[in-house]
Amino acid sequence: MLTIKNLHAEVEGKQILKGINLEIGKGETHAIMGPNGSGKSSLASVLAGRDNYTVTEGEVWFNGKNLLDLSPEDRAREGVFLAFQYPVEIPGVSNLNFLKTALNEIRTYKGLPAIEGRDFLKLTKEKQQLVDFNANLMNRSLNEGFSGGEKKRNEIFQLAMLDPQLAILDETDSGLDIDALRIVSNGVNKLRDAEKSFVVITHYQRLLEYIVPDFVHVLYNGRIIKTGTKELALELEERGYDWLKEELHLKEA
Amino acid sequence: MMNSNEIIDDIANKEYEFGFTTDIEMDIAPPGLNEDIIRFISAKKNEPEWLLEWRLKGFAAFKKMQFPKWQHFEMPELDLQALSYYAAPKKKKQLNSLDEVDPELLATFEKLGIPLNEQKALTGVAVDAVFDSVSVATTFKGKLKEMGVIFCSFGEAVQEYPDLVKKYLGTVVPHSDNIFAALNSAVFSDGSFTYIPKGVRCPMELSTYFRINAQNTGQFERTLIVADEGSYVSYLEGCTAPMRDENQLHAAVVELVALDHAEIKYSTVQNWYPGDKDGKGGIYNFVTKRGICKGNASKISWTQVETGSAITWKYPSVILQGDYSEGEFYSVAVVRNKQIADTGTKIHHIGKGTKSRIISKGISAGRGDNSYRGLVAVGPRADNARNFTQCDSLLIGNDCGSHTFPYIESRNKTAMIEHEATTSKIGEDQIFYLNARGIDTEKAVALIVNGYVKEVLNQLPMEFAVEAQKLLSITLEGSVG
Repeated sequence: MLTIKNLHAEVEGKQILKGINLEIGKGETHAIMGPNGSGKSSLASVLAGRDNYTVTEGEVWFNGKNLLDLSPEDRAREGVFLAFQYPVEIPGVSNLNFLKTALNEIRTYKGLPAIEGRDFLKLTKEKQQLVDFNANLMNRSLNEGFSGGEKKRNEIFQLAMLDPQLAILDETDSGLDIDALRIVSNGVNKLRDAEKSFVVITHYQRLLEYIVPDFVHVLYNGRIIKTGTKELALELEERGYDWLKEELHLKEA
Repeated sequence: MMNSNEIIDDIANKEYEFGFTTDIEMDIAPPGLNEDIIRFISAKKNEPEWLLEWRLKGFAAFKKMQFPKWQHFEMPELDLQALSYYAAPKKKKQLNSLDEVDPELLATFEKLGIPLNEQKALTGVAVDAVFDSVSVATTFKGKLKEMGVIFCSFGEAVQEYPDLVKKYLGTVVPHSDNIFAALNSAVFSDGSFTYIPKGVRCPMELSTYFRINAQNTGQFERTLIVADEGSYVSYLEGCTAPMRDENQLHAAVVELVALDHAEIKYSTVQNWYPGDKDGKGGIYNFVTKRGICKGNASKISWTQVETGSAITWKYPSVILQGDYSEGEFYSVAVVRNKQIADTGTKIHHIGKGTKSRIISKGISAGRGDNSYRGLVAVGPRADNARNFTQCDSLLIGNDCGSHTFPYIESRNKTAMIEHEATTSKIGEDQIFYLNARGIDTEKAVALIVNGYVKEVLNQLPMEFAVEAQKLLSITLEGSVG
């Protein structure tokens, strides 16, 4: 579904991604871990199309389409979803109105008619219950005055509503207490199916106890230096990243 | 994929939608401002002697006045002698019905989306169409008359209802109020007159549509609305003008009078030609609008959506004279390219228990400069007066300006006055967030802006709220960079 080949990207002239290779198949869940500043969130931003990143080399293919040729909105319409690390607040725009606009933009792109008001409300109710999102927050202005946890939960609610093929969760666990973490993870797990793929970016193994990945990748200095299964995450938790860094330096030396 | 700069260029070069001109034979007075032209206008309109006297008093006041210096922009050079003060489409004889209106004029208004044919007109809205200096048609006059509602051109009112006009003209905005009001008093050509009799709730929206067409003319119209005891009226004005390289002056006066328990709701959707992207051309919109809540428990509410004009300079005001009367001001002012807006309101609390509410939303994009200027004055008699002011500014891009000049003068200890203000900027982050949900940049800006101005647009009559929303989206297209 998603193929990343030798991806290089820079921001403000500084090279951040230095040759990422990654293959994500349908229905798979990949975790990306790594120390601070290794390029995890940059990878998410590049995939979503944030324009202060410049891709200098490499390719990204999504369902046979060159993702890097598409505008951010078209990537979303094609089925790429980024759950933001820091969701923004937009005063005066109701959460539901925003979601309806987004949903209809995606439907129009796919050649579907706009969703009927009644069907939309039915869908919101269903998804809101599925991911256990507070119904009172649906009519509020988008993320305005939401707590950190509420914002993250709203990202998962949006994910449920827009039903993408590939969801990238950028440190969705940061700033969540243990209860919120459980709720968010439950929501994600309910959305997992054979058609949908997930990229879970996180610092901590803790999240991966709830959202169990098929693969774990370690990103360091703009490159994936190790790939394994969920056991790798446990090893990292125990030993930290230093042994990997050393291994890498030995290889390069 | 277009980047934001390309989108901006694309839009900056986009033509003003209403910039066409109408080719029609006109009666145009030679340029120049003097007593002769005032007498000419007055004679042309067959006015009674008292009105001519009043005009001349206005002119005398005007001659003694200087242009103000306190505004937050550089006063453009105005050569008032170079303007023509009367321009009217030529007509062969007195018009008796719409069928006799020049088809070219009907076509013009049709093109502007204002069909004057009653069958085609928006149901529930009566329109007075003003073309350059004169009113060319008023729809649904007959139907309104059945209820005793008078809705006609100002010129007609002077002929048919001279006593009413004489009783109220200049009582809210005196002939010597300010230099532009004085100029208007001297040379005003037409406008609308409305009278709602006691206890009548006007069954439809009343609306004036102003169109400037001729070159080198100014538009100086007067609107006078009187709501008698216990009556209600909702009034809307819209405006457009052709694209011309030279600036044109629009110096109108609007007076509202609300008697006991009466309510007037006055809405403006202003879309005068704003000039091109370098600030060449455009309308100078220097207007005096004021209402008086003369009666107890009366109410006046101004709602304005200002998107056009090179310079918008006006402060729709309310004098709360009657006890327990209420004044409201809801405003959205948008500037982009090199547009300037210096607008706001003045509320004078005179009667006891008077209330006022001010919601102002300024949006600045491009190199536009937006100022809110407001006065809340509470007099010694206004026990328990209350005011709430909310004044928000939204910035789009890095080259625009936004300023707030609130004045509060309270001479009563029991008054409660609240002022809240915010300034925010549409961020790349907000846009990207919406992009990442499948919403393109144009729609994202529209969504953010409409969210921001919702509180004000909600005040507009339904049909116009939708129009205003569209207008805002068009105005701001591509402003993000």
